[in-house]
Amino acid sequence: MEILVCVKRVPDTAENEIVVNGKGTDIERGDLVYSVNEWDNYAVEEAIQIRDRVGGTVTVVTVGDGDSEEILRREMAMGADKGILLSDDAFNGSDGRGIAAILKSEIEKGKYDLILTGAQADDGAAQVGGMLAAMLDMPYASLVNKIETESGNTIKIGREIEGGNQEMSEIDLPCVLSIQTGINEPRYVGIRGIRKVASVEIPVHGAGDLGIAAGSVGAAGAKVKRVDYFIPPAGEGAEILEGSSDEIAEKLIELLKSKGGIK
Amino acid sequence: MTQPIFAYIAHKNGVADDSALELIVAAKKIDPSASVTAIVCGNGAELDSVCTAMAAVYPEVWKVSNPALAYPNAEVIRGVLVNLLPAGAVMLVPHDTFGMDLSPGLSIKLNAAFVSDVVGIEGVDGSALKAVRQEFGGQVSTHIHCDMASGVVLNIRSGAFLADDSKASGAVADKSGQAGDCKAKRRFIEVVAAEVGDVDITKSDVLVSVGRGIEEQDNIAIAQELADTIGAVVSCSRPIVDAKWLEKARQVGTSGKTVKPKVYIALGISGSFQHLGGLKGNPFIVAINKNPKAPIFQVADIGVVLDLLEFVPELTEKIKEMK
Ligand SMILES: Cc1cc2nc3c(=O)[nH]c(=O)nc-3n(C[C@H](O)[C@H](O)[C@H](O)COP(=O)(O)OP(=O)(O)OC[C@H]3O[C@@H](n4cnc5c(N)ncnc54)[C@H](O)[C@@H]3O)c2cc1C
Repeated sequence: MEILVCVKRVPDTAENEIVVNGKGTDIERGDLVYSVNEWDNYAVEEAIQIRDRVGGTVTVVTVGDGDSEEILRREMAMGADKGILLSDDAFNGSDGRGIAAILKSEIEKGKYDLILTGAQADDGAAQVGGMLAAMLDMPYASLVNKIETESGNTIKIGREIEGGNQEMSEIDLPCVLSIQTGINEPRYVGIRGIRKVASVEIPVHGAGDLGIAAGSVGAAGAKVKRVDYFIPPAGEGAEILEGSSDEIAEKLIELLKSKGGIK
Repeated sequence: MTQPIFAYIAHKNGVADDSALELIVAAKKIDPSASVTAIVCGNGAELDSVCTAMAAVYPEVWKVSNPALAYPNAEVIRGVLVNLLPAGAVMLVPHDTFGMDLSPGLSIKLNAAFVSDVVGIEGVDGSALKAVRQEFGGQVSTHIHCDMASGVVLNIRSGAFLADDSKASGAVADKSGQAGDCKAKRRFIEVVAAEVGDVDITKSDVLVSVGRGIEEQDNIAIAQELADTIGAVVSCSRPIVDAKWLEKARQVGTSGKTVKPKVYIALGISGSFQHLGGLKGNPFIVAINKNPKAPIFQVADIGVVLDLLEFVPELTEKIKEMK
């Protein structure tokens, strides 16, 4: 099975406090720790497991700048066979549709049976996979938390729906699936693994290589534009307990007692 | 504004989802004088009862009946909507697991813009719709301008627009004939119910809930000890289940359990909307989180900005001493 996994380099929100810059044009990116989007790691792990079961290759692709190369290497250290970086100044400012259009152009240069994305990334939009599938006229399923590869041209999949229930379907190949966390346990990548793939060549494809017309993607082609970042004025908000940790604990115990939180 | 506005009505067992009452409120933020049309897809008597209920809220209801619509398959419904919607339509969809499945692809097929997980609408300026979203797990918000000249699909977050007392005596128009062939390359088989756990977190009045801030599996003992001391049960956020540190039945949130405790103590939980979506009944919320900007502090009653790994054992000791 030829599998393509779309991945994204994002600030690690578990590690970082996200702060809006003075003008509200962006978040402060200077001190941020970046990593692979959490959902994408599950997608890559799933692709590797399928390949190991039925054969084929796993390619990881990202739309990004030069810094995004490091996440392709990380996913290759996990076990992906190839990486492709889609990078061009003309891609800057793309909306979700723009990113999907760029990926589509790359996908049409190859022949893939299965295309995976993470269910969502740092902007929480959860949109690129579904858009890509519609552009490619392939069937799509979001929030996939189970994949059973069978022989033939269909696979059986589970989608995670409300309440943690699982919606089982059969889907024709080729298809696009967005992967939900928890579908597997992504393998650990050590320094040694990264070193092994450090010198593997990663092709970089720009708008020209992909036959993408200037203005169709990037800020010029975007129907959806982010005007600014802001922190909404805190509403009621929590009463923050102040003092030494000892004093805080005492206040908290009193509050919990009064609310029936200590039996 | 002259673009017609539509709302996709999610429903189950003949009852419309709460989102049905929220979408019409969101629609009025786009155009206060809009006549909003509800689209209800389904089959049989259940579909009819949803349509009747919606006609009391929406001035117009489009009913689409077909055996293939008995279970909502996003690919089938996308085809139906592409057939039904006029050019330039504004389509509102709940941002739930079905809306996430449907809307991105629908926007492509309609050649419309798409804005996901909308939490606010600030009106229309020419052909630009002004919306509010959140990024980075709710840590920051953004203003979005969206060119809706050729239509737009908006996924609306549950609870972001509070239902008002919209009333109508709408007409139900049967659009089944225009639904198309309802064929799909993805075919629904069955729904498998979530596994039942050893503990029922929905039964406990007091929950000590652990999130990713607990950092290591061994540290869950810290939360368990606090819970044992105060007579509470341990629940958790999703990453703890993904890591297999606790069983799925202990997860609070839209893809986990809905709980209604009296007291909820959140340890190292950032407060994503999917997590908070499982917390009902207006409990007394205590959040312990080392990031003062964590969104959980916007909904909590009491906040403690400290490292939980140091503070919680101290707290537990103090409670033990008192007892
Ligand atoms: C379709 C869908 C459904 C979902 N369903 C659910 C669901 O049902 N339930 C759910 O919970 N999530 C759900 N999620 C995931 C959700 O979006 C968040 O990713 C998740 O809730 C984050 O969990 P968290 O708050 O534990 O982790 P994080 O967001 O990583 O937050 C960890 C917090 O811990 C704090 N912290 C770190 N270390 C310490 C320390 N030593 N002391 C004190 N504080 C510390 C950090 O400041 C941070 O605020 C869903 C996502 C999707 C896409």
